[in-house]
Amino acid sequence: MNSDSQQRFDVLVIGGGPAGMAAAALAAESGSRVGMVDDNASAGGQIWRRALNGVETVEAARWSERLRSANVTTSFGKRVFDQPETGVLLAEGDDDLCELRYQNLVVATGARERFLPFPGWTLPNVMGAGGLQAMVKSGLPIRGKRVVVAGTGPLLLAVAAYLRKQGAEIRIICEQASWIRLAGFGASLWKHPAKVSQGLQLRKELASVPYATNSWPLAAHGGQRLESVTISRNGKTEVIPCDFLACGFHLVPNVELPLLLGCQISGGYVQVDDLQQTSIKGIFCAGEPTGIGGVELALVEGQIAGLAAAGESKRARSLFGERRKTQHFARLLDRTFRLRPELKDLSSAETIVCRCEDVPCSRLREHKSWRAAKLYTRCGMGPCQGRICGPATQFLFEWNPDSVRPPVLPARVESLASLAKSN
Amino acid sequence: MNSKSFDAVIVGAGIVGAACADEFARRGLRVAVVDRDVVGSGATAAGMGHIVAMDDSEAQFALTRYSQRLWQALRPELPPDVEYEQCGTIWVAADEQEMAEVRRKHEYYGRLGVPTTVLDAQVLQRLEPNLREGMTGGLLVPEDAVLYPPCAARFLMERAQKLGAQVQLGASVAQIGQARVRLSDGIEIAGEIIVNATGAWAAELTNGIQIKKRKGHLVITDRYPGFLRHQLVELGYLKSAHSVSNDSVAFNVQPRRTGQILIGSSRQYGAEHKEVDHDILRRMLLRAQEYMPALGPMSAVRTWTGFRAATRDRLPLIGPWPEDKSLFLATGHEGLGITTSLATARILVDGIMGATAEIPIEPYLPSRAGEEHVHA
Repeated sequence: MNSDSQQRFDVLVIGGGPAGMAAAALAAESGSRVGMVDDNASAGGQIWRRALNGVETVEAARWSERLRSANVTTSFGKRVFDQPETGVLLAEGDDDLCELRYQNLVVATGARERFLPFPGWTLPNVMGAGGLQAMVKSGLPIRGKRVVVAGTGPLLLAVAAYLRKQGAEIRIICEQASWIRLAGFGASLWKHPAKVSQGLQLRKELASVPYATNSWPLAAHGGQRLESVTISRNGKTEVIPCDFLACGFHLVPNVELPLLLGCQISGGYVQVDDLQQTSIKGIFCAGEPTGIGGVELALVEGQIAGLAAAGESKRARSLFGERRKTQHFARLLDRTFRLRPELKDLSSAETIVCRCEDVPCSRLREHKSWRAAKLYTRCGMGPCQGRICGPATQFLFEWNPDSVRPPVLPARVESLASLAKSN
Repeated sequence: MNSKSFDAVIVGAGIVGAACADEFARRGLRVAVVDRDVVGSGATAAGMGHIVAMDDSEAQFALTRYSQRLWQALRPELPPDVEYEQCGTIWVAADEQEMAEVRRKHEYYGRLGVPTTVLDAQVLQRLEPNLREGMTGGLLVPEDAVLYPPCAARFLMERAQKLGAQVQLGASVAQIGQARVRLSDGIEIAGEIIVNATGAWAAELTNGIQIKKRKGHLVITDRYPGFLRHQLVELGYLKSAHSVSNDSVAFNVQPRRTGQILIGSSRQYGAEHKEVDHDILRRMLLRAQEYMPALGPMSAVRTWTGFRAATRDRLPLIGPWPEDKSLFLATGHEGLGITTSLATARILVDGIMGATAEIPIEPYLPSRAGEEHVHA
């Protein structure tokens, strides 16, 4: 490995979403030598992903600017896939490999959408809600297209509002949570005025769009591509013709890298102390991997982690109060958008659960554990490494995921062959 | 599992334990199997699944070839998920010295009735165009095959179950011997015959067995259909497989039915943890790229490790354990457990039933010279 692909940092931040941006900016402002790596083409993560000619939100613009002026060495289009020795991470770009050495590390790997299998979910034009939004941002034409948005979580409203602004015709938004749960959620929001105004703004933008609670997709239909969706709407079945189904069942934290690093995980989330430090000294974690809590919590956790990693724990402590307020919102999210048991029965025997290896539901039902299912059906053994079917089977069959081995993301053979031992 | 007594209780549900269960059951014995995990989850899950005739020694050749024929006979019954594919092995010679080994092997295999073809550099290049140019030649062994071991083990175990075998999974075993198996929760299962088929862990249950764990690494790529057609093994593999002390790597790649490529292999003693060892992984992949530079840009999706059960004379331990009349061993298969599982079961049960085995069983007896056990 040549020397320009080796870099050393006091604080290295993995992930360039809100948590990572905040961590990198604050650590650098404290005088540390800071690096930030992300696999996307620019900072912002999933939530602040920039459109081709789109406008950033005020907050996104503010943090982007702060990051730019903070002297952070950013590195985009790089996937961190391994830690060959303590304090060294390897990241692969499309045609290069770099070795990143760190004193302290902030893991801000964000979250991904949870997908649940139902008949037809593998048809073209059935997409993740956030996935469709990202594709539209990178140029997929959506003007005049009929879109059904379904699943659960606050993301559905944000995606629907965005798509509508881009000219899509939103046929309906199906939220699986009950009206009662949502009403409870709304009532509890008084503690979070920013969320209330966001929510009101979204509702205004979506004024004429039907928003159905107690509702979820039963099946997607079509030949070559999606033509219609059958939904269960408050106990009744309805068929809705559409061009796209944007479907996501809330979020799953990306904890594969912290698992590889040996950080303690409990209940699916990375365990951290007051200063956002994980069970491993010098490794901090911020944002969704510590609990799905949205952008405000990610920002404050990122600031605390960045300051703590830069040795400014006193300043970090001054943010504890702000974090406590936003944590309440995270717990609300968890409670409100918990998946209902009916969603376990959506798949038919032939419904594909593992898309990489084409494993239908019937072949999984006969097994008692994720381990057995993987061994005998190859479920989760494809290029996505179980990132999609893992959370799905965890919900469907209550299977626990197993250990993580390098590479945490697929990497070139030659990259794996040029690991470490260089210094 | 109820508490009744069995003719045979097999500890270990890897492919060797599964084959033994199947063999006992087919011969009418009442058999039980116990494993702490699921069927085929240890070395069986970690191995390549190369069904190969190997001539490390006469005894090794006899056992691997006999077992290979048993696999061939079983082939019509194997379900599709076993992915049995007779792709053949090519032993790749990188220089004239290795080419001499090709000719020796050709002669040896031929004398014992196994067809092989000597390949010159051009034919080798035509058969496997992704090998680096400049190889000297190779030896094609067309009857060698590959399969997917966990499903093969599961097939054998299910066949045994259909014949009445009782299988208890997720049950960790505390002690075996004196015609019983005691589980960690205190439950005892009685059997006239107890078979230790726990692979690299055999010595933990039977004091004095000379078995060492020999760690291996494998890497699997994304799908590249047509890139590779045969299992390719460097002839230097023998040098590495023979080395009983040092860590070693060898070029050993296998085409899977999915179009994926399995890249091996490594051998390490004294490594007890199952984590990927970055240094050995690096060496293994560099070796693979020396032979096949085009592997470099391919996407590797997973790596894993496993433990082979290695004996001092590189032959398995099959037969009665001299210290305990009720105890039999079926372990120590090193890297050949998938290949030799069927023959192991056959000669073990032949011996127990007083039948004459098709091959001499003496070389594998745990009481053989050179494998004297150590009193604990």
